[in-house]
Amino acid sequence: MSIIIKDLHAKIGDTEILKGLNLEIPTGEVHAVMGPNGAGKSTLSKIIAGHEDYEVTSGSIIMDGQDVLEMDIDERSRNGIFLAFQYPMEIPGVSNANFIRAALSERLPDGEEIDAVAYYKDLYEKMDALSMDRKFTARAVNEGFSGGEKKRNEILQMMMLDPKYCILDETDSGLDIDALKVVSEGVNMLRNENRGFLVITHYQRLLNYIKPDVVHVLADGQIIKSGGPELALELEEKGYDHLTPVTA
Amino acid sequence: MTITEIPSISAEQPATLAGAPQWFADVQSAAWQTFLDTPTPSRRDETWRFGDLKQLDFDGYAPAAFADSNDIDIQISGLDNTSAQFIFANDDLVHAEADLPNGVICLPLADALQQHPELVQKHFQQGSTKLGSAKFAALHTAHLSNGLFVYVPKNIEVELPIEVYHIVSGDQTASFPHTLVVTEDNAKVSVIDYFKSSGEEAGLVIAMNELHAGTGSQLSYSAIQDLNLASKIIQINHTTSERDANAKAFTLNVGAAWARNESLSKLSGSGANSDMLSINIPAGEQRYDQRTFQDHEAPHTNSDLLYKNTLFGKAKTVFSGLIAVADGAHYTDAYQTCRNLLMDDTTEANSMPGLQINADQVKCSHGSTAAAISDEEIFYLQARGIRPRQARQLIARGFSVEVAERLGNEALENLVIEYVDTKFETLS
Repeated sequence: MSIIIKDLHAKIGDTEILKGLNLEIPTGEVHAVMGPNGAGKSTLSKIIAGHEDYEVTSGSIIMDGQDVLEMDIDERSRNGIFLAFQYPMEIPGVSNANFIRAALSERLPDGEEIDAVAYYKDLYEKMDALSMDRKFTARAVNEGFSGGEKKRNEILQMMMLDPKYCILDETDSGLDIDALKVVSEGVNMLRNENRGFLVITHYQRLLNYIKPDVVHVLADGQIIKSGGPELALELEEKGYDHLTPVTA
Repeated sequence: MTITEIPSISAEQPATLAGAPQWFADVQSAAWQTFLDTPTPSRRDETWRFGDLKQLDFDGYAPAAFADSNDIDIQISGLDNTSAQFIFANDDLVHAEADLPNGVICLPLADALQQHPELVQKHFQQGSTKLGSAKFAALHTAHLSNGLFVYVPKNIEVELPIEVYHIVSGDQTASFPHTLVVTEDNAKVSVIDYFKSSGEEAGLVIAMNELHAGTGSQLSYSAIQDLNLASKIIQINHTTSERDANAKAFTLNVGAAWARNESLSKLSGSGANSDMLSINIPAGEQRYDQRTFQDHEAPHTNSDLLYKNTLFGKAKTVFSGLIAVADGAHYTDAYQTCRNLLMDDTTEANSMPGLQINADQVKCSHGSTAAAISDEEIFYLQARGIRPRQARQLIARGFSVEVAERLGNEALENLVIEYVDTKFETLS
């Protein structure tokens, strides 16, 4: 079971951003993608989630044998892809509890409803695990949340929706060390053999808390190098400049 | 008697209300004269700018007796717990029940005029209609035959809301509901008017509500307008807040082909606070026209207006709001916000905010926006597995919920959201 990305080319407007990207994320593993600003890291996460600003010009994304590029955004999510946003949106007037419940309801067969008692029990347990105050259930989604609260809320949604493949887009940006620890613990709780992770980050720091199985370097729209966790340390030490693309 | 035997509302002077005191007959006669003397609004009137003047042809509409209360084809979908409930059908009282604290007067207006003529006279139409519909306010008064009078004496709090249903039935039937609410010092009450149609025929409602919040009192008023799509309504609100009073006037519009709302809040006592709230969800060809006036006469007064319109299809809204701070009304805080959520690119929202400030140390702001839901918002919800249609509806619902949350009463808030949800369901 895995997401397999093959020779992916994508552009926004006339600008090509991904230029033949290859990557496999099997279940049971955490893959980190690191790279300099402008390398295409966020683009990669948005394309997997299905953002319509990007046009895939060639290549494929296959999840457990299914063609992801043929699916609508919401369909991808219901089929098991979860994107934790770098900049989560605020949704005024929609409470967190109702939002997550709406997302879960979409996964039920027609006519079935979420059991409210069981739902809140589950929600509270997961909020406790993330040290989130219960007042966040009634608050509008992300509205007036601090940077750390927003990221924690992304992880809460991830826990509640129980996806098969989790993509974390620069989840560490804007987090202080305490928030980083809580968010990482949340991710680590979800790690298991049936779930795969793609952790996108600019900094090695996050990988101290979420230990990756494989580290990839993304530069100029391609994965130019892959290796074990030690690769992240090497990048931290030497920077990205000493690496050159394998293909010109 | 059939409808055709009753003259059109604008054709000849109606009889004054039987059994009412002489002063009221005089008011009604004078109102008819005012109706005749006041010119019909024209394009040149600032208060009708962007307005739909062809809606003002009321020829053919006439009051009609309600044949049989068993014919009321309507769901009375209100609150579970109320302190009083009145149902008027074509301005005739068909149901009344009340469980109110001693001293509270809560009577059909026709009865109140007989039993408490001086009290009604003291408060009846003490303000003037400045927002464009003076002619129709006069027509309302000339035809006025019923409504509700609520008087809450000093220090009395009415815990649960009072509900009043105004049901219009029959083709080209005109109705003139009037709601007069008075709270004396430190009293508290909440009144809800519902405007509904029985059947699908075109009705006309020219309604007026007058709210007098006495010193330190809390007066909350809500109008829930859910008429059928063939009907028209003009709603005229006049709120006066005395010293340290808290007044809240809310309107929900989901029904009617055309709805004109004029809301004027006068802050006449220091420390008075006024909330003016509105949720409007026009769709298809519906036209909503809103004119507001925050009239700060006294210093240290606060007013906060929040109107939210969610437009679908070819719906059109007009919002025109004015904040006026009188000479000497120092330390005034006045806010005015009108937000339009455009669900289709064929909708049209017009906003005209305005300020007139003649005092110092004043905090005022006004703002209006008109925007569609952004693609990024939809992407976020879709990325959680929510289908695009539901995503748009969830965001639109939240847009209205923000206003409902300011009602300060959970049951009422839930009721309003139910109406919003019901409206959304009809759009699917």
